[in-house]
Amino acid sequence: MTMTLSEQRVAAEETPPPPVRSARRRSPLTWYRGGGLANLLFVLPMLFVFVFFSWSPIVQSVIMSLQKTNLIVAEWVGFDNYLVVLSDPELGRAVINTLWFAVLALLFGFPLPLLMAVLMSEVRRGKGLYSALAYLPVVIPPVVAVLLWKFFYSADPSGVFNTVLGAVGIPPQPWIQDAVQAMPSLVLEATWAGAGGSIIIYLAALLGVPPELYDAAEVDGAGIWKKVWHVTLPQLRGILFIMLILQVIATAQVFLEPFLFTGGGPAGATKTVLLYIYDKAFRNSLGGDYGEATAVSVLLAIVLAVLSWLYFTLTDRWSTT
Amino acid sequence: MKSPTRTLVAGIAALATVTALAGCSADGGEGDASGKTELRVATFPPGADAAAYDAFAAQEKQFEKEHPDIDIIGVEYEWEGPTFAVQLAGGSLPDVFTVPFTDSKTLLENGQLMDVTDAIDELGYTDRFNPVILDGVTGDDGKLYGFPRQAYAAALHYNRDLFEQAGLDPDNPPQTWDEIREAAKAITDATGKAGYAQMAINNTGGWQLTSQTVARGGRTQTDNGDGTAESTIDNDATKAALQFLHDVKWEDSSFGSKVDLDWGTINQEFAAGNIGMYTSGSDIYTALVRDFGMDSAIYGMTVVPLEGDDPGTLGGGDIAVMSPTIDETTKAAGVEWIDWYYMQKLMDEDAAVQDAKTLSESDQAVGTPLLPVLSRELYEESLGWIADYINVPVEQMAPFSERIWDQTPVGEPKVKTQEVYSLLDSVVQTVLTDENADIDALLAQAQTDAQAKLDE
Repeated sequence: MTMTLSEQRVAAEETPPPPVRSARRRSPLTWYRGGGLANLLFVLPMLFVFVFFSWSPIVQSVIMSLQKTNLIVAEWVGFDNYLVVLSDPELGRAVINTLWFAVLALLFGFPLPLLMAVLMSEVRRGKGLYSALAYLPVVIPPVVAVLLWKFFYSADPSGVFNTVLGAVGIPPQPWIQDAVQAMPSLVLEATWAGAGGSIIIYLAALLGVPPELYDAAEVDGAGIWKKVWHVTLPQLRGILFIMLILQVIATAQVFLEPFLFTGGGPAGATKTVLLYIYDKAFRNSLGGDYGEATAVSVLLAIVLAVLSWLYFTLTDRWSTT
Repeated sequence: MKSPTRTLVAGIAALATVTALAGCSADGGEGDASGKTELRVATFPPGADAAAYDAFAAQEKQFEKEHPDIDIIGVEYEWEGPTFAVQLAGGSLPDVFTVPFTDSKTLLENGQLMDVTDAIDELGYTDRFNPVILDGVTGDDGKLYGFPRQAYAAALHYNRDLFEQAGLDPDNPPQTWDEIREAAKAITDATGKAGYAQMAINNTGGWQLTSQTVARGGRTQTDNGDGTAESTIDNDATKAALQFLHDVKWEDSSFGSKVDLDWGTINQEFAAGNIGMYTSGSDIYTALVRDFGMDSAIYGMTVVPLEGDDPGTLGGGDIAVMSPTIDETTKAAGVEWIDWYYMQKLMDEDAAVQDAKTLSESDQAVGTPLLPVLSRELYEESLGWIADYINVPVEQMAPFSERIWDQTPVGEPKVKTQEVYSLLDSVVQTVLTDENADIDALLAQAQTDAQAKLDE
């Protein structure tokens, strides 16, 4: 049974403090002699950095979301910014696009690394080489990777992917130049770029599956797929779930791919929530709409906080280690 | 083990270091040790060639000789909407810089520009400016917020080399939209390159659609004169401009495959010889050669075809402005600099010749066709002054220079300019990516959305 802070405070006021022996009382002097000052000084720079660079901007943006400001003149407008953005159909569209990205990312990006990891764990020789190959895209700077893929996605018949498709008789595709194909194209690149990290985690998790379970399954006459289905996946249940939540949190913040690939186009088909915030703050209003942009940021932060809380509570409950 | 006191001293030292690191900040123009006024001025975009630096260094010397009490500090600068507001608030912008007409309205409404009405009056320029252009820097309160520095008109840029390959006459470029469409098809059929291309992303799609609406006699916004405006996007001219795009892209297949170009990337594609024709400002020659390595022999420029009842040429340009956060002394120095560096060469023969000579000696483009920010007579006279230094291929730009005077310049929409452009980006992209797009429905929706933004 836990008490809330206020309950604790009330409880503390009601019960007289238990009598303590003087030797155990922490006077400032004993605190100082015990090296308390050194501890405090060690913490101070870190604390300073946190307050200055992390917490104060967060407080600042909450304040900004209640103002109409361009950082030079500011006036208080209460919750107007929230009302404006929540009634903006473009934000709804951006939320749907972000969810669409998340769904596609799960379809492409969730099973693929798992499959790769299962296959790689079956490999006897050269496991290190495969791991390195799988992890390689992760070390390529994201911007470089996107620009490279932008080149691959050229809609010309002479584009890299279109040449490959042409070789098997498929006509050239517009890729990111088309409202329907743009989002899957982005997700494909994001999956390629991000799969390596997931694969490494799954590989580590697979090592934790007791081999005797496989032996037992084999005795029962299970083939490889049955082994995967009845042994591997249930054993990985916890880690799979954690990865799922992490991926949802990550996709909610997708910005780089649509920003660099399409700028949110064609016709807004890839405009995500973060890109919406960016456009509102910087591209279209020249700083006149910082308030509205931070209002969306605050809303997004709340949603992500809920997801993170879910993640923490569930990891506590599901954790197999 | 250290004593607590020694820890205290070490800790304070460490903390002081952190504070010093965090305390970096750009300060504005302060007097330096010699009692001069330091003035930080915008020069040119980062990444310009060494010659541009030489040219500026020479000009800085000339100015400081005439104004011994001012110390000029050149700062690399490029107008970028996304970073502007933050730089301004953070004090990292130069004291004097330039912004495009398009955005000057928004900026002055946001209180992000210095009021320079008195300075312009004192210098006696107020009546000398072209009224269309002066209107672009006038706030709703009638105050002036900058010095119009140079202006451009919309132009059609074309690749003379591709024209020849397609059997077209590069000295006789298309004069109607239908002729542009025919020429585009001829170029694509003969060379496989994009016959005609158009910007579509990062708000340039809306900008060019607006430009072509005006060229066909329509307007996308009517100003009520009190800071409010009516959206008139849903009109026949805009419809025709979109229908033209649809036909070039889907019926003739002469648009090429790239529908995600903006100002920079379309210039890059053109300089690389992949585009037959496109519309953009008449002032891009310098960027094409300096930043994108275009071979000047392929370059041709003509006017945008006009049709309809009340057609005009969308004009734009940039204005020299000052940060609203600087003090009076710096402001006075800033006015001196703007007058000397940007304005005098437009009206004074000696200043014009000195400027052209300095630029041409450093191999910078001199003589790119512009719109006069003052009067046409003065502009043409000034071209006479600097005739010896003009180093751009004037004959290849003649179709533009000869006809531009018959066109009426029209300013860009003033209210929520970028946000409306962004809406129109979507419309342009839809037409270019969906063969069956319903143009009427798109425009009706865009007008509703734009009006909602205007009424905010």
